[in-house]
Amino acid sequence: MEKARPLWANPLQFVFACISYAVGLGNVWRFPYLCQMYGGGSFLVPYIIMLVVEGMPLLYLELAVGQRMRQGSIGAWRTISPYLGGVGLPVGGRNFGQPLATVSSAQPSRLQPGLASVVVSFFLSTYYNIINAWAFWYLFHSFQDPLPWSVCPLNSNRTGYDEECEKASSTQYFWYRKTLNISPSIQDSGGVQWEQGLCLLLAWLVVYLCILRGTESTGKVVYFTALLPYCVLIIYLVRGLTLHGATNGLAYMFTPKLEQLANPKAWINAATQIFFSLGLGFGSLIAFASYNQPSTDCQKHAIIVSLINSSTSIFASVVTFSIYGFKATFNYESCLNKVILLLTNSFDLEDGFLTASNLEQVKGYLASAFPGKYSEVLPQIRNCSLESELATAVQGTGLSFIVYTEAIKNMAASQLWSVLYFFMLLMLGIGSMLGNTAAILTPLTDSKVISSHLPKEAISGLVCLVNCVIGLVFTMEAGNYWFDIFNDYAATLPLLLIVLVEIVAVCYVFGLRRFESDLKAMTGRTLNWYWKAMWAGVSPLLIISLFVFYLSDYILTGTLQYQAWDASQGQLVTKDYPLYALAIIGLLVASSTMCIPLVALGTFIVRCLKRGDTPPVA
Amino acid sequence: MRQNNSITQEHTRRSKAKADGENAFKVRLSIRTALGDNAYAWDTNEEYLFKAMVAFSMRKVPNRETTEISHVLVCNVTQRVSFWFVVTDPLKNHTLPAVEVQTAIRMNRNRINGAFFLNDQTLEFLKIPSTLAPPTDPSVPIWIIIFGVIFCIVIVAVMLLILSGIRQRRRMSKGPTEVDDSEDKCENTITIENGIPCDPLDTKGGHINDAFMTEDERLTPL
Repeated sequence: MEKARPLWANPLQFVFACISYAVGLGNVWRFPYLCQMYGGGSFLVPYIIMLVVEGMPLLYLELAVGQRMRQGSIGAWRTISPYLGGVGLPVGGRNFGQPLATVSSAQPSRLQPGLASVVVSFFLSTYYNIINAWAFWYLFHSFQDPLPWSVCPLNSNRTGYDEECEKASSTQYFWYRKTLNISPSIQDSGGVQWEQGLCLLLAWLVVYLCILRGTESTGKVVYFTALLPYCVLIIYLVRGLTLHGATNGLAYMFTPKLEQLANPKAWINAATQIFFSLGLGFGSLIAFASYNQPSTDCQKHAIIVSLINSSTSIFASVVTFSIYGFKATFNYESCLNKVILLLTNSFDLEDGFLTASNLEQVKGYLASAFPGKYSEVLPQIRNCSLESELATAVQGTGLSFIVYTEAIKNMAASQLWSVLYFFMLLMLGIGSMLGNTAAILTPLTDSKVISSHLPKEAISGLVCLVNCVIGLVFTMEAGNYWFDIFNDYAATLPLLLIVLVEIVAVCYVFGLRRFESDLKAMTGRTLNWYWKAMWAGVSPLLIISLFVFYLSDYILTGTLQYQAWDASQGQLVTKDYPLYALAIIGLLVASSTMCIPLVALGTFIVRCLKRGDTPPVA
Repeated sequence: MRQNNSITQEHTRRSKAKADGENAFKVRLSIRTALGDNAYAWDTNEEYLFKAMVAFSMRKVPNRETTEISHVLVCNVTQRVSFWFVVTDPLKNHTLPAVEVQTAIRMNRNRINGAFFLNDQTLEFLKIPSTLAPPTDPSVPIWIIIFGVIFCIVIVAVMLLILSGIRQRRRMSKGPTEVDDSEDKCENTITIENGIPCDPLDTKGGHINDAFMTEDERLTPL
C-alpha cells in the first residue's frame, strides 16, 4: 500500500505557506521602484488590471494542478500530458479520466515543464540564499554603537577619513568594501570572503532546519515567516509616518502622473511584476498545493493569496516612500545647512542669522553688497533641491542595503530599527527559500527511486549542501556581479516559457473540459466562466506578448553591460560583459528552456522504440 | 613718562596682534548652533576666559610656565563670533612661534572646549586640525559573537530534529510487532466497567453487552 502523502495540518498553514513564499523581497524592493518610475499613483491602474487578468487565473491554475495531481511538478505534468498522437494507445494503459489515479513510475512520459521548473528553482535557490547571508551580516552588525555604516573609518595615518569612503558615502562604502569587498570588474574573481561564507553557511543551516521534516516543520515555520514581516512593516509604518519629511515622499509617490498610462513600458512592467512576484512557474506552488486535502477550495485560496501579495506590495511601498521622504528631506536640509555654514563663515555673519527661509534673500543681498567676495564663494555653493533627492530611484539590493541603511542611521535608536528591518528581510527571504527548496525536494521525495534509498532528511541535507557549495561562488570578490547575472537571466525568460507551456498543456492538450470536470469532482464547485475565458484566451496571449517583448529587448540592446564599482571614483561605472560571461548567460537561459523540447523529444523517441518492440494490444 | 611707556607698549602689542600675523590664529565659535536657546552672549568676560584658557595651555608647555593672561592678545572680534589671537613674550617683545602655540592648544583642546560647553566642530581653531578619535576595536568583533551564538543554537536544533526523526523511524519499524502483542493481551484481560464486564469487540462471535437492555424485553414479541 502506498504511504499516505503528508498533509498540511490545517488549510491555514497552506495559505500561510503560499503567502510566505509569494510575499518576498520583490514586494519590498522592486514594487516601490516601479511605482516611482511609472507614474506613482497611476501605476496602480495597470497593476490591478494585470492582477485580475493575469495573476489570479495563473495562480489558481497552478494550485489546482498541484492539488489535483497531488505530486510535485515533475509528477504532476507527467500526469497531465497525454501521448503524442492521441489518447488511448496502450503500453501500460493509464486512464486519465480517473481522478486521483496514482501514476505507475514504469510509465515513460513527457516530463515537459516539470523538469524545467526544477532546474529554474535550483538556479534560484543557489543565488537567492546569498541575500539571506547578507541580511544576517547586517543583522549581526546592527548590535554596535555607532552603527558601522554610519561613520567612515579613518585612513592609515589618522588625519582624515578613508579616501574611498569620502568619495562615496559611508553606507555605500560599508556595502561595497566591507560586505562585498567588490573587485573592479567581473574578470578579477578574487578569493572567497570567509565572513560571507560563514553567513551563507548559517543561512543554509537555517533553511535546512525549516525543511528538515517536510510539511511537519515547514507548516509551523510559515506561521512566523508569513506573519512577522507584517508586524515589522506595521511598526515601520507607524515610525515612518511620524518621521520628519515623510509626507514629502508620500506626496511625491502618490501624485499620479497620468501620462505614464500611455507608456507601454508601464503596462509591461506591471505584468512582469505580477508574474514574478507571485512566483509562478517554479513548481513551488504546485508542490505546496499537492500536500492539500483534495477537497480544499483552491479558488478561494488563489484569490486570497494574490490579493494579499498585491496589497503587501502597496503597503510596503507606503513604508518605503515615507522612509525615502525622510531621507530626502534630511539630505536636503544638510545640504542647505552646508550652504548656510559656508556663507556664514565667508562673510562672518552672526551665527544663527541665516536660516533656510531667508537664505535666498540674503544671498541676493550679499551678491549685491559684496560682489567680489560672493563670486569667489559662488562655485562652492551647491544647488539643493528636494526633487532631485526624491527622484533618486533605487531598486534591489541597493535599496535595502544602501538607501534604507542611510535612512536608518539618522533615526533615533537606530540599532533597534536596524535590527527590526534586517530581521524582516530575513523572514521574507527565508519564506521564499522554503518555497524554492520545496519545488526541488518534492519531486525528489516523490520519486520512488531516490526516496527508497535515502531518508527525507538526507535528501534535504544533500540538496542544501550542494546549493551551499555552489553559492560560495557568490561570496567571492566578483560574486555580486555573478549574482546580478543570475538575478537578471536565470529566472526571467525560462519562466515565461514554462508558464505558457503549462497553460497550453492544461487547456489544450489535457483539455479544459476534462480539467473542469476533475476540479468539480474534487472540490465540488463548478468552474466560473471567467477562469475558463482567462485560461483559454487572455492569459496565454499576455504571456506570449511578454515573451516577445523580453526577447526583442535582449536582441535590441546588443551587447549586455553591467554596473561595476570603481573604488577610485567612489561610484558605479558601466562595463561590457566578457565573452565567457555571455556564454554562461546563454547557458543559464538555455539549460532550463531546452528541458521542455529536449525531454519531449527524448520520450517521443523512447515511445517510438517501445512501440516498435511490443505489438499493440487489441 | 610712565604713561608714555605704557601707551607705547600697548601700541606695540596691538600691532603684533594684527590679523593674518605670522603667529596669529583665527578662532571661530558657533555658540547658537551648539547650545540653541541656552546660548550665552559673547562679551569681554568670555574673552577674558578665553585668554585665560590659552594662557593656561601655554603654561603647561615646558619653558613657558610664566605666561600671563595679559600676554594673550585678541583682536578683530566679529559678530560671527570669530577673532584672531596671538601670544606674546613681553621679555623678548615678540610673538611666540605658531608651532608651540599649536602644540599647546592641541594638548588641552578638551579643557578649552569644556570651558565653553562647545566641541571641536563648534569651537574651531582654523589652522589647528583636531585629532580624530581612534576607532575602538574590541578584541573580538561583536558580530562574530552573535554569529557564534545563533550558529550553535541552529546546529543544536538540527541535531535534535534529526535524532528525533531517527528515533521515530526506529519506533515505527518495531511498531507492527508490538501491536500484535497488545492485541493478544487484550483477549486475555477483561476490562470491567460499572460492575459489568466489557469485552472488546472482536471476532469471538457475538458477545452480548449486558450494559444495554435487550430489545426483546421492552417490546412485546410478535
